[in-house]
Amino acid sequence: MTKQQKDTAYELRLYIAGKTAKSVTALANLKKYCEEYLHGQYKIEVIDLLVQPQLAEGDQIFAIPTLVRKVPEPIRKIIGDLSNEEKVLVGLNIRPA
Amino acid sequence: MTKKTQTQTLHHVQLPKTATGITGLDEITEGGIPKGRPTLICGQAGCGKTLMSIEFIVRGAVEFNEPGVFMAFEEKAPELAMNVSSLGFDLEKLQADKKLRIDYVHINRTEIAETGEYNLEGLFIRLGYAIDAIKAKRVVLDTIENLFAGLTNQAILRAELRRLFQWLKDKGVTAIITGESGDGHLLTRQGLEEYVSDCVILLDHRVINQISTRRLRIIKYRGSVHGTNEYPFLIDEEGISVLPITSLKLEKEVSSKRVSSGIPALDSMLGGKGFFKGGSVLVSGTAGTGKTSLAAYFANEACSRKEKCIYFAFEESPKQIIRNMHSIGVDLQKHVDKGLLQFYASRPTLHGLEMHLVAMYKVIKKFKPNVVVLDPITNLITVGSVSEVKAMLIRLIDFLQDEQITVMFTALSLNTVVNEQTDEGVSSLVDAWLMVRDIEFNGERNRGMYIMKSRGMKHSNQVREFVITDKGLDLVEVYLGPDGVLTGSAREAQKLQEQTGEILREFAVSSKDREIVRKRKVLEAKISNLQMEFESAEEELNKIYQEEELVKQAVSKTRQEMTNIRRGMHEEPATKGSKK
Repeated sequence: MTKQQKDTAYELRLYIAGKTAKSVTALANLKKYCEEYLHGQYKIEVIDLLVQPQLAEGDQIFAIPTLVRKVPEPIRKIIGDLSNEEKVLVGLNIRPA
Repeated sequence: MTKKTQTQTLHHVQLPKTATGITGLDEITEGGIPKGRPTLICGQAGCGKTLMSIEFIVRGAVEFNEPGVFMAFEEKAPELAMNVSSLGFDLEKLQADKKLRIDYVHINRTEIAETGEYNLEGLFIRLGYAIDAIKAKRVVLDTIENLFAGLTNQAILRAELRRLFQWLKDKGVTAIITGESGDGHLLTRQGLEEYVSDCVILLDHRVINQISTRRLRIIKYRGSVHGTNEYPFLIDEEGISVLPITSLKLEKEVSSKRVSSGIPALDSMLGGKGFFKGGSVLVSGTAGTGKTSLAAYFANEACSRKEKCIYFAFEESPKQIIRNMHSIGVDLQKHVDKGLLQFYASRPTLHGLEMHLVAMYKVIKKFKPNVVVLDPITNLITVGSVSEVKAMLIRLIDFLQDEQITVMFTALSLNTVVNEQTDEGVSSLVDAWLMVRDIEFNGERNRGMYIMKSRGMKHSNQVREFVITDKGLDLVEVYLGPDGVLTGSAREAQKLQEQTGEILREFAVSSKDREIVRKRKVLEAKISNLQMEFESAEEELNKIYQEEELVKQAVSKTRQEMTNIRRGMHEEPATKGSKK
């Protein structure tokens, strides 16, 4: 599959705190955009801070939900339920501002 | 049992409090900040908010065994540790001992985009995780308002802050939130005081006449009594000290013990014993009248009694004072070496009056002296108005009397005319007031000293000449003659004149005495002459008298004999005649 070579193009990490409405919305939104624009070249890691609170400090998380784009550099963060498609795409640098 | 009920009735409404461990702050707040509740510390940039909050955490960890979490929104942990290491706070060690946890929250607007709904649950989780990791009792959020700079959705932020403070209360941690003062009358830029309603402390850093003073005021403390004034505070190598000076009341103990002034002649002017212990003494006079010498004598005497003394010098450096006092035979260095005497020299302009007071208060509290000297208070006027200096000195005197410390102030009076008031207006506050005056007469300047007042003791009303020699200070009685008060060489001349007069008089007296002796002798001779004359006259008279008697007797005898012859009776003439 070509997916494997493009796997590293986008490494995304979504921080949530339990299965709240916002987290679910955010994850759903994220998956939708990724499938649409980054099909096959992304990886999503969901971190539940209720389970792993020690990870919050590392990525400087203070708002929930937060989407962190680890790769490509530089690190970008998008906080909120990702409901604004335009903003998410600009934020992730998928679409130039 | 009774004791327990008593304390209960006294404190039944008392709010549980957490001692901050910051010098003075716990006194103003009567025990500390509200336990298990958030407290807001606000103020402008550079007023000491971060320092105060970190001291709260460090003191808690070190002194009260209460671990703390410091959540920094401004400085990174190493920066923070560096900034406070000068105060002797070893944050690294505390972190290693699990007494402290610093969590730096980095908010960079450029790398954050916002879209849709979110909350600050991440912050809660981090804080909660840090608190649970070391079982923290104290939390500091410094400065949470940075969130507002990083995030745009104010509505969410405000709601979340409200939730955060409630959450902190539920956690049962005592929290300090710092906030920067806003424009105008706003306490904080984002109105944090709305959310933190239990206790609000305002820090202020004011510059008046180019001299800065830090002040602290408790704006609000729900459910507790607290000092409402502005209290100056000091940041030095030991952290923050707040001075709750005006809380002092006029209820201090008094002592009837006396302390010597170091000059026996002065003591004798003060009823023979000196000043009252715990009293305040003001020495005022024009320039060069020996005020510092008097003060040094006083300090020297205290140290010789093995008492401790602090000498606050506002004009000369300690070395200068020690050198100068050597010239009048006072060795202060040996007392310094023994640790009985401590100099504390600072320029008045170093910091504001209140800061001076706080600094003095600290030094005094630490050294616990029996005697304090302030030389001179006049210079303080350069950093404050008369009323401010007076207010400061009132508090200092109050504090010193409370501690039973005898204090001597020196003050420079600018006029040669005797002022009824000193410039600082403290003359009504002090217990004893010595005045050293210039007496200019006969082409020289001498010093005259008198006691303007001395509460509660008999004291001399005489002006004494105050002499400073190689051997030290002494008071000499001035010569009160027909020409007025004589001092210095005039007094000496007068003395000499008197002595000459004495000799002359003595000589005169002795010659008169001899004259009298001679006169007496002459008289006595005359008397004996007269007596002899009288005796010879008397003898003469007696002789005549006796002769007359003899003649009389002889005459009557002859007459008898002649009669007898006529009668022819030679025998028994008397019997016959008488028979007849």
